[in-house]
Amino acid sequence: MNDERRPLRQRLLGASTFWIGLVLVVLCVLFSLLRPDAFPTLFTLQTLLIEASVLLVLAVGMTFVIITAGIDLSVGSVLVFAGVIGAKVMEGLSPGSNASGAGVGIVLLGLLAALVAGSAWGLVNGLLIAKAKLPPLIVTLGSFGAALGAAQLTTDGVDVRTVPKILRDGLGFGQTAQIPHMVALAALVTLLGGWLLHTTRFGRRTFAVGSNAEAARRAGIPVSGHLIRVYTGVGLLAGLAGFMSLAYFGTTTIGGHSTDNLNAIAAVVLGGTSLFGGIGTVFGTVIGVFIPAVLTKGFVIVGVQQFWQPVAISGVLVAAVWFDQVRRRSRER
Amino acid sequence: MSGSVAEPLLRARELRKSYGSVQALRGASFDIAAGEVVALIGDNGAGKSTLVKCLSGVERPDSGEILIDGRPVVLDSPTAARQLGIETAYQDLAVAPDLDPAANLFLGRELRRPGLLGALGMLDKATMRTQAAEHFARLGVTLQSLDVPIGSLSGGQRQSVAVARSVVWASRVVFLDEPTAALGVVQRERVLDVIRAVRDDGVAVVLISHNMPEVLAVADRIEVLRMGARVARFAAAEVTLEQLVGAMTGALTQEDDR
Ligand SMILES: Nc1ncnc2c1ncn2[C@@H]1O[C@H](COP(=O)(O)OP(=O)(O)OP(=O)(O)O)[C@@H](O)[C@H]1O
Ligand SMILES: [Mg+2]
Repeated sequence: MNDERRPLRQRLLGASTFWIGLVLVVLCVLFSLLRPDAFPTLFTLQTLLIEASVLLVLAVGMTFVIITAGIDLSVGSVLVFAGVIGAKVMEGLSPGSNASGAGVGIVLLGLLAALVAGSAWGLVNGLLIAKAKLPPLIVTLGSFGAALGAAQLTTDGVDVRTVPKILRDGLGFGQTAQIPHMVALAALVTLLGGWLLHTTRFGRRTFAVGSNAEAARRAGIPVSGHLIRVYTGVGLLAGLAGFMSLAYFGTTTIGGHSTDNLNAIAAVVLGGTSLFGGIGTVFGTVIGVFIPAVLTKGFVIVGVQQFWQPVAISGVLVAAVWFDQVRRRSRER
Repeated sequence: MSGSVAEPLLRARELRKSYGSVQALRGASFDIAAGEVVALIGDNGAGKSTLVKCLSGVERPDSGEILIDGRPVVLDSPTAARQLGIETAYQDLAVAPDLDPAANLFLGRELRRPGLLGALGMLDKATMRTQAAEHFARLGVTLQSLDVPIGSLSGGQRQSVAVARSVVWASRVVFLDEPTAALGVVQRERVLDVIRAVRDDGVAVVLISHNMPEVLAVADRIEVLRMGARVARFAAAEVTLEQLVGAMTGALTQEDDR
């Protein structure tokens, strides 16, 4: 009996998601105690969740990439590019190039365009990384610049501002039973991502490739094909995030996503996913997304100068990576 | 000298393989019949591991011929070799340290659930775990827990898992590249027992080892590799330690097979 229980407890305490989850709980309790009138309210919860939903979608994809021991710096730019393509397609299909009154059909075509645009960048990243064997850091740094440039060329640097009203009302601000649709969509993506990573063969092979790519190859796993699919997948999710951002902001926000990549990476790493690959959970990523989100909201509500927020997040981030290192060193003999 | 009666199951002829300016294999040949244990010995850097990699589809030889049942085959990927029933426990183990022993045993051959969920790609983790536990028990691999990443096991335990993986799936040939290097006395004996059991099932076993008593105890035949080429073949029953050492160091040259 005791033998059964001890490893479980050890495993729980050894899991970095446990500690980082504790940090999140402590933060929520702390802010609630400081401002019981303003922090623990439905409105705060809703806005917090909505504001985090786009990043959550990016971070779920980033979790897969980092577990393969890769990195994707291009997600923010791909998000912008996909949003621009989606918006342009919807405008192009609308009379007088004004998509504000567009119907469901046009919105769905816009969504499709955004998803295809995002996947296409992801596919290019994947091919360069898996086939040309270039380092992911360099490849995605390249597409970080190129995708943003392509978005600016497409729009002449001017944000597209006519976004279908039904998209804004339906997805951007819509809610059902107090649950904002943005949040529901992000939650759906997260659940699917968690299912894929932790219960399927695709997920198992994602871990295997990140843990030891050569061992995976010798075990007959098509490593290149797998990497291409992972990068295409993160591109697809960036495309979806771009469309969500379009629905929420009502404009393409070309200049507003230059740090999305770092935020997504920070969230994934905070959540206990190892930058060395082979270790990680989607659940951890969810916590990793919400720690900065709660800090930001809490600081605003409590009235701490907001410049403290990046300082606090960086502290937690470095602590999380340090913890990962200690864990690895204690394990690798 | 060598007692090969029938057509060998696996035959390599004149394999050459260079890494840049290093010639790892300079016309190496190798033969093994079904149900035979052949020890492949040679000094460090003789090319043993390179030969194994060429015969398990990990590396492609620059030239030479590989025949199975007398028919030429192209082993252009590990999968191609696996489909022919060839399995390998590599010297560098080639395991995924972050995955647990069962996941490593089933790496690349994951079992999926029956029905729709399986079609969607869902793993049957419970069955894989049960089967893995059975295989480990049968092969004498003792692990305290099946739920820890394999990287946290001892070096010998990791090696035992890698050996078990190759033996479990091999249907025709299994290559064991220094499978006992990290093992204690008890585990070493278990591996030798496993080799005999696998041989009795009709699988051809290639054992690479620097441990001559071990080689003489379990092998039917011994092939000696020196500087990337086969220099001698012996029947284990008739050979002396001096002859083996002589062949490995070049003091004795026996073979000129083309
Ligand atoms: N990937 C590689 N790149 C460059 N050189 C290599 C590579 N693999 C093997 N070699 C070289 O090929 C030669 C044969 O190496 P191999 O590993 O086959 O020897 P070995 O007989 O297995 O030795 P050991 O008993 O030490 O395991 C060595 O000189 C080695 O340096
Ligand atoms: Mg070797």
